[in-house]
Amino acid sequence: MTELEQHEIERLQYGFAVSRRDLFKFVGAGLVVGLCAPKAFTQESGAGFRGESASQDVDSWLHIAPDSKITVFTGKVEMGQNIRTSLAQQVAEELRAPLNSITMVMGDTALTPFDMGTFGSRSTPQMGSQLRKMAASARELLLDMAARKWQEDRSKLSADNATIISQSGKKIGYGELTGGQKLVKLIAQDPSLTPATQWHVAGTAATKVDGAAFVTGSHQYTSDIARLQMLTGKVLRPNAFNATLVSLDSRAAEALPNVRVIRDGNFVGVVAPDSEQAQKALSLLQAQWNAPAQPSETELFDYLKKNPEAEGGGGFGGRSAHIVGSIETGMSSATKTASGTYTVAYIAHAPLEPRAAVAEWTEDRLTVWTGTQRPFAVREELASAFHLSLDHVRVIVPDTGSAYGGKHTGDAAVEAARLAKAAGRPVKLVWTREEEFTWAYFRPAGVIEIKSGAKNDGTLAAWEFHNYNSGPAAIQTPYNVPHQKIEFHATKYPLRQGSYRGLAGTANHFARESHMDELAQALHMDPLQFRLKNITDPRLRAVFETAAAKFGWGKQRARANHGFGLAGGFEKGGYFATCAEVTVDRNAGEVKIVRVVEAFDCGAVINPNGLRNQISGAIVQGIGGAMFETVHFVNGRILNPHFRDYRVPRFRDVPQIEVELIDRKDAPSMGAGETPIMGLAPAVGNAIFHATGVRLRSMPLETKKLASK
Amino acid sequence: MATITLLVNGSQLQAEAAADESLLSVLRNGLGLTGTKYGCGEGQCGACTVLLDGKPVRSCRTPAASAIGKKISTIEGLSRNGSLHPVQQAFLDEEAFQCGYCTPGMIMSAVALLQNTPNPTDEQIVQHMNGNICRCGTYPRVMAAIHKAGGKGK
Ligand code: FES
Ligand code: FES
Repeated sequence: MTELEQHEIERLQYGFAVSRRDLFKFVGAGLVVGLCAPKAFTQESGAGFRGESASQDVDSWLHIAPDSKITVFTGKVEMGQNIRTSLAQQVAEELRAPLNSITMVMGDTALTPFDMGTFGSRSTPQMGSQLRKMAASARELLLDMAARKWQEDRSKLSADNATIISQSGKKIGYGELTGGQKLVKLIAQDPSLTPATQWHVAGTAATKVDGAAFVTGSHQYTSDIARLQMLTGKVLRPNAFNATLVSLDSRAAEALPNVRVIRDGNFVGVVAPDSEQAQKALSLLQAQWNAPAQPSETELFDYLKKNPEAEGGGGFGGRSAHIVGSIETGMSSATKTASGTYTVAYIAHAPLEPRAAVAEWTEDRLTVWTGTQRPFAVREELASAFHLSLDHVRVIVPDTGSAYGGKHTGDAAVEAARLAKAAGRPVKLVWTREEEFTWAYFRPAGVIEIKSGAKNDGTLAAWEFHNYNSGPAAIQTPYNVPHQKIEFHATKYPLRQGSYRGLAGTANHFARESHMDELAQALHMDPLQFRLKNITDPRLRAVFETAAAKFGWGKQRARANHGFGLAGGFEKGGYFATCAEVTVDRNAGEVKIVRVVEAFDCGAVINPNGLRNQISGAIVQGIGGAMFETVHFVNGRILNPHFRDYRVPRFRDVPQIEVELIDRKDAPSMGAGETPIMGLAPAVGNAIFHATGVRLRSMPLETKKLASK
Repeated sequence: MATITLLVNGSQLQAEAAADESLLSVLRNGLGLTGTKYGCGEGQCGACTVLLDGKPVRSCRTPAASAIGKKISTIEGLSRNGSLHPVQQAFLDEEAFQCGYCTPGMIMSAVALLQNTPNPTDEQIVQHMNGNICRCGTYPRVMAAIHKAGGKGK
């Protein structure tokens, strides 16, 4: 057995590991264009780097090779949300170059500039506009270079199809302009961008740039990577959360040929030449664990209510509660009031590709391939776990088998690296489905309490909203209310929890939009009319009106056991309205979602094909959280860590789905990976109420209750 | 460990396999055919689907030894002379995937369906494909791709 040697933790150093020399080694000769924040730009445009390592100020790179092939470097990662294609489209647009001449190098800490991570729907608004600026600046630079070369008036030149063309009839390809030199240009200007109304490549339904690799099975995910001499690793998991290892008998496992057992504190793992042998060794380990008593699912919501986090309890992530006017005044001015408590369960991301990592040490340098949304954060995790400086760690993220907010951490990476360090050979570690369902983190469970009041004319008077633990995302109401008190309460919680597609936006919309229906009911108003009466934002009105028109809201004939519901809102720059039709079998307590219409507006659409895929996929994924996904747990153990008892949406669950895009050429492009998931659950809950008169206030919706009511 | 010979995509291939090793493990680790995916190892997700004598099986629940002497088809063997199989082409045309991790299993299941039912109804597709999970939720596009490959597409 090997014990981890303890060293002093070195000061971490931030920076971009690749020097100019290394970069050209990777891309060859040509023109490198870097875009940096204006404040960091201390030298004149085109003067080159401030030294070899000052490049952490550069946000993104672009390289134009002598053959006019273009390579773009960004720290974002692709996990199915289609940014490899949509970012390339934006570069192609501004650079006036064919889409197929562009290669995106993504999520490699040694090659791409620092990036916080791929989450929060920020790739499109932030990275997208950054890359557009960089590409537009590069285009201007190439025009300058051609003007100088030809001694011609710059205004007589134009760029098209990776070529500079002069009115005098001269032509030169971008690659040729670089003349085979190694040129580096830094740009800090704010170039004028092509308006969306004039887009030719962006804004079109381009298909995935590397689609063929997926249908042929040739794309290599992390778990498909093989290294010379590679071993397989497995980790021994405790019998419950928060357990400590009391004793370990590893003799039988270690007696197997070519097996090593590695113990380091509570960490126990094995390595073997293949997964069969590793699994066998793992099963021979005799471990005793000591686990504390822990809250169980039955007491979950009570526990969240009764255990406030000592510090920074109220408010949004530590800030104070959102208060407008006075709740007391508002409530006393209301003619109709309502109150309700809503709950959301813990759910799992269950990405189809489980967490995996391949780790390889070369002396004291570590390279890890792993599917993570945050390569640079995982690099830091590794550097700190193994007491390395950041430039000794490289994290490479192959395009990943999805994440949905679930792959922010580097658990598998650290585990694989620990095993590889002990083994002295590369190690691949692939989590089992059971590990994925147990040792990853979950979407937080939560309790939401709402009290509200409205006047007879249908205007909102008061709105009090408390969210316990689930999170503050999209907690504010988009409706006009003169008196509001909205508060997020951080609490202690029983399971490891973290980010999930849309964060708490789904929970908060579920509670808010269910409650809005309850108020509409109290007022005897149509749910759509009631909402519109309290909305001024024209974009929010537009999605409601668009979805309702497409769905035929108010025009559907009432039928027995059929219900219609709607919900809407906005978050992360995206506006949505979702209408749902359900059929209910009261006696069986079963609900079938028949049809879903969703209208979505996220500004100027960059790729309608990819966007429709995201929205439709989000609706399908939303069905899981709305109808059946729940993590069951007792005393630190997960009871349903398998697909057979953790039900996810399948073919049979899919309704007719219609997506209406509102393409706003005049508005900045925003992300769409998350927000479209938020409307499904409340729309379905409202449709169930419409069909049955029974209000279900939990996610997942407990349709079994319909049988008894 | 024993050496076994498997007929994969028309070629006789030899691999080392432990006594009860799954076909999935032998394909991926022994033969380096990583197009077939691990999603659960429990027969619940379909990511590991391959064809055995034309029938779809979950390779994670199929002992490699039981595949000896049978024709094994994996995603790697579908395209011929650089041109995609019609089902692959339809998945590409409809962009019936997001992260693509479910795609090889989806395609193999669909190939099996269309062999017996060239023009399946929606219900037949649902029935046949319900064991294949797509966590990205691309089912409607997969359905469209299958119709297209089956000749019913618009
Ligand atoms: S991996 Fe075989 S069915 Fe999931
Ligand atoms: S495309 Fe991601 S699981 Fe199907």
